[in-house]
Amino acid sequence: MSGPVKFRLFSTDHKVIGLQYCFLGMIAVSTGVVLSLLMRYHLAWPKGHLPFIAGGIMTPEQYLALVTMHGTIMVFFVLTTAPQNAFGTYFLPLQIGAREMAFPVLNMLGFWLTFAAFVVLLAAFLVPGGAPISGWTAYPPLSGLGDITGPGEGAGQTLWLVSILIFCAGSIFSSINFIATTIDLRAPGMTLMRLPLTVWAWFFTSILILLSFSVLFAAGVLLLLDRSFGTSFFLPAGLVVTGQLQTHSGGSPLLWQHLFWFFGHPEVYIAILPGMGVTSQVLANFSRKPVFGYPAMVTTLGLIGLLGFGVWGHHMFVSGMNPYSGFSFSVLTMSIAVPSAAKTFNWLATLWHGKIQFKTPMLFALGFVSIFITGGLSGIFLAQPAVDNMLHSTYFVVAHIHLVMGVAAIFGIFASTYYWFPKMFGRAMCESLGRWHFWLTFVGTYCIFVPMHFLGVAGGIRRYADDSGAGYLAALQPLHTFMTVAALLTAAAQGIFFYNFFNSIKNGEIPGPNPWNANTLEWTVSSPPPPDNFGSEKIEVFRGAYDYSVPNSAADFIPQNAPFDSAYDTIPVTPQRES
Amino acid sequence: MPKAAPGFPQRARYLATRRIPVAMPHRNIAAHRSVATSSPGSTAETHVEYRRKFGAFAAQAPAPQKMTTRVKGSTLPAILFALVIVTLVVHVVVIFASGHFAAPGPITADARAVDHQFRLTLYLVGVLFVSTQLALVLGIWLFRDRGQRARFIPGNNALETLWIGAAIVLFLGLGALGRKAWAAVRYTGPETGSLQIEVTGMQFQFAFRYPGPDGRFGRLDPALISAATSNPLGIDPADPDGRDDIVTSGTLAVPVGKPVELLIRSQDVIHNFFVRELRLQQDAVPGLIVPVHFTADRVGQYDIVCTQLCGLGHQKMHATLNVMTESDYENFLKTQAASQ
Amino acid sequence: MTTQPISLPGQPDPAVPQRVYVTGMYLALAGILMFFTALISAWVVRRGLSTSNLEARLELPRALLGLNTFLLLASSAALEIARRGLRADRPETFRRWWYATSVLGIAFLVGQIFAWRAMAGTGIFVASNPDASFFYLFTAVHGVHLLGGITALLIAATRNLRHMALATAARVAGLYWHFLTALWCAIFVLLMVGGR
Ligand code: HEA
Ligand code: HEA
Ligand code: CUA
Ligand SMILES: [Cu+2]
Repeated sequence: MSGPVKFRLFSTDHKVIGLQYCFLGMIAVSTGVVLSLLMRYHLAWPKGHLPFIAGGIMTPEQYLALVTMHGTIMVFFVLTTAPQNAFGTYFLPLQIGAREMAFPVLNMLGFWLTFAAFVVLLAAFLVPGGAPISGWTAYPPLSGLGDITGPGEGAGQTLWLVSILIFCAGSIFSSINFIATTIDLRAPGMTLMRLPLTVWAWFFTSILILLSFSVLFAAGVLLLLDRSFGTSFFLPAGLVVTGQLQTHSGGSPLLWQHLFWFFGHPEVYIAILPGMGVTSQVLANFSRKPVFGYPAMVTTLGLIGLLGFGVWGHHMFVSGMNPYSGFSFSVLTMSIAVPSAAKTFNWLATLWHGKIQFKTPMLFALGFVSIFITGGLSGIFLAQPAVDNMLHSTYFVVAHIHLVMGVAAIFGIFASTYYWFPKMFGRAMCESLGRWHFWLTFVGTYCIFVPMHFLGVAGGIRRYADDSGAGYLAALQPLHTFMTVAALLTAAAQGIFFYNFFNSIKNGEIPGPNPWNANTLEWTVSSPPPPDNFGSEKIEVFRGAYDYSVPNSAADFIPQNAPFDSAYDTIPVTPQRES
Repeated sequence: MPKAAPGFPQRARYLATRRIPVAMPHRNIAAHRSVATSSPGSTAETHVEYRRKFGAFAAQAPAPQKMTTRVKGSTLPAILFALVIVTLVVHVVVIFASGHFAAPGPITADARAVDHQFRLTLYLVGVLFVSTQLALVLGIWLFRDRGQRARFIPGNNALETLWIGAAIVLFLGLGALGRKAWAAVRYTGPETGSLQIEVTGMQFQFAFRYPGPDGRFGRLDPALISAATSNPLGIDPADPDGRDDIVTSGTLAVPVGKPVELLIRSQDVIHNFFVRELRLQQDAVPGLIVPVHFTADRVGQYDIVCTQLCGLGHQKMHATLNVMTESDYENFLKTQAASQ
Repeated sequence: MTTQPISLPGQPDPAVPQRVYVTGMYLALAGILMFFTALISAWVVRRGLSTSNLEARLELPRALLGLNTFLLLASSAALEIARRGLRADRPETFRRWWYATSVLGIAFLVGQIFAWRAMAGTGIFVASNPDASFFYLFTAVHGVHLLGGITALLIAATRNLRHMALATAARVAGLYWHFLTALWCAIFVLLMVGGR
């Protein structure tokens, strides 16, 4: 890496830590994708031989272990790590004009805890019995009784739980850091309504992390006690597993579901809010227009976060929960679609009368909008308990989760990467490779995940290792084959991205400090930024983050730190085209 | 280059109310050290030299550019977006409309209500899907960079209120309409005189228990569960109610046109009872007995599958719902009773 | 307002904005509160869902727990006196009461351990029944948090902090400590009232 940022392993520099998170996210996402390809291969050709698998042909428990680890890695180690912790840690201080995060040591600790959690999770593959098979949701009693309920439920499940607990601690530390930094370390003049929407998104995400991961932590402690100390928080009396009567008594399996989803639902918004933030930022930047309805964009981010705490029951419509509370959860869930709809419209309106420049980050931001619409709308089906009666636990849900987080949120990461890469490494990524990457991924992911809706409506059940059960499943096999082929091709296309990324670090063009003609503060320092960001130069903010194409100004952008009498205002304007 | 250095007199006007010390301590950065030792002079010198060395602040306020620069090559991506999204929309609409992957026909009134709500949602969401995706394509096409200047439009309260209002009406309206189908299945109890059948999930099969002629289920005791003595549910032999209970596995027989109430429970982990034609899923949660009810109106055999991850045999756990005529049903019970 | 302290190579650190520590502590407390809320609601929910009537009423060592509560309240008071001392620029008072806080905190923890032993003496262990599990759990996680607080107090006492930092440390420690006291009181009341 060029530039003065010293890459030290135990650095407290937020930029180094941001990069560390970024690389951790890349390792995690690669692992997760490889696991998903193994799953997809097995789903299409259940009798096919696989090189990695002991015995050649994958067993159901190996398949379920892959599903569990895939879901866990993707949700925790990719979607909490990359959009929030990688880009947030790197760019939050730069965007608000601060020199560092509020608690640099805590920042470092957060990263290393996350890293440790990842190592512990992967270790689950190596212990006897293998990785857990209870899904990323780990419902007890399946996950609470040890290895009598299935392979992987012994040591593997314990490691999974320990990993999640460590991860919770790491995320909570970093969220405290984000919030305190945003509240207290903004540069003079950086009022709340001048914050870039990315900062708002990270801010709300941090609040969600702080409040929801502490609940998951509590749930995890309880489950660990059930597993290791014989308590019965989640385990009722009279369980008979493989013919053995269990001694537990008095617990409630639904309690875990309530606690888990109280965390789990905010978690999915944790995954998407940073993507929403960066989409707003990039859409404005490359439409050369202000974000349409900035106050509404801030409010809706907050509303989505707030309402997100009241809808967890929509994962439990058919769990045996009280049907009346099921309906109120449904109404709350429907109302969370309202701020999402408002955001969608404001994104579309941001494009209107713009001057759209199709740089790679913009391609991914536009892709984000399209895919978020598709994936979000399937949520409207699931949100109605009556309809969920037929769609719960089918591939319709798998389609929904992948479009909103497996693709939309990942597109947020891609947009961030292409957008900020020049700042992080002082070199630009190759545009034409970026375009190839985008189009292949955009088409490819739609091909993987759209057929899952049809599969789900027809009754294809998720977490099924093969179609050997009910007879009707065999008829759906062609869909599986199609999706697997699409998945293999799409995953191969990610090779372009990784090549482009690592090649550009070394050989990319040197684009100068502000290649996108953007307004936010990170673009006012050199690329990569000096170790102390703004140094002793007191950065001062005079404007909002999205002053693009301001009438009567010289350029079509005005950096946030440009005073009102700066060059931007004084140079005469070339005549405006009438429209 | 006119540099927007801090210190303009006008600046005071725009200052935030709170002043925040931005500086944070930076210890142990080798780069700092080297500069500091090489230039022990005044503060200002040190700073300048440091900046020179690392080229920081390349652009405090970069030179304004001519505003009508045009980024070439904006037509191809716009066409591609149109192509991909229109293809997507057409495929989704055609495939859903063709009914090729539809769920099999419903066999209860409640299931038809669910279907109705599903279709209502499909239409509404379909319209939103098509119109928003096409609006995206339109925006991309119309406003691609052709050298124009973007218009400065920071927002429009009336418009925003309009679509927030529309979203509230549409989504909450749809949600409210969905109440009916849900209430039919879950709010009301079964009709009186319903036939009660107990459904027990266990790794990895379903067991169905009929109360027998006395209409009462015998007491269960988990300690008595034993496959060897063919007492998979642990029916207490001491309880007279249980002596005539009939237990089957593999087939759930119900008479056509008769209201049936299922009591769903589990012995070990969470399972689920799902029959597509009933449009009904219900988790089988250990420790709970959850009732659901239906009246099947078409004779036939339907798949019962387990949809809640329950271990390595999850995908194999299935049974058949056999809706029979009244007389077949009686015969079924008789032969089962005889074989127990 | 013309010049602000800036950090330059080789120069002493500038004033760290002390208020981030206070903000950070408030946030940490929010997280801890959420954690305990989750546990407490789990406790409440589980009692509502209890399917077995075999559970015996939990016999808590009430007197001992009451004494512990008193000790903890006293430690909070001691910390307040210490902070007053610091504000009035009486370092000796400050130090004395600061240590007194730690000692009272340790006494509380020792008392909790005795409470555990009393419970265990009646044959009730962690896994004996869910209510007992919750009792051990509440006391344990609260104790761990308090132990962290005591460690922090002692570290702050042994470090040679400048006045500003000390004032911040006292403020932050006060927030944390009083929070834990209040939390314990809430748990105590719940255990007493909820003990069926
Ligand atoms: C990034 C992640 C993410 C996001 C953003 C969402 C968003 C939403 N989700 Fe999703 N969801 C998940 C991730 C996510 N979800 C995951 C991971 C699961 C499964 C977990 C598991 O079981 O493993 C899940 C499961 C899930 C379920 C449970 C299904 C089941 O298991 O039975 C439900 C049910 O209500 C639901 C609903 C919704 C809704 C209503 C939204 C809404 O927020 C969507 C809002 C968006 C839109 C509606 C689209 C845009 C708007 C328009 C196009 C405007 C239309 C115009 C007008 C109305 C005027 N989701
Ligand atoms: C982020 C979330 C995420 C992502 C990206 C993916 C990606 C993929 N997923 Fe997965 N999936 C889940 C989250 C995700 N998934 C979850 C939560 C479950 C539920 C688990 C459970 O049931 O318990 C699940 C389950 C699941 C199933 C259902 C299994 C079952 O129920 O039986 C299937 C089946 O096909 C599947 C397939 C795939 C495929 C083919 C991909 C592909 O690999 C798609 C191609 C991938 C990409 C296009 C992304 C590449 C990204 C990068 C290269 C990022 C670069 C990063 C940085 C710069 C930091 N996934
Ligand atoms: Cu039983 Cu899945
Ligand atoms: Cu949810």
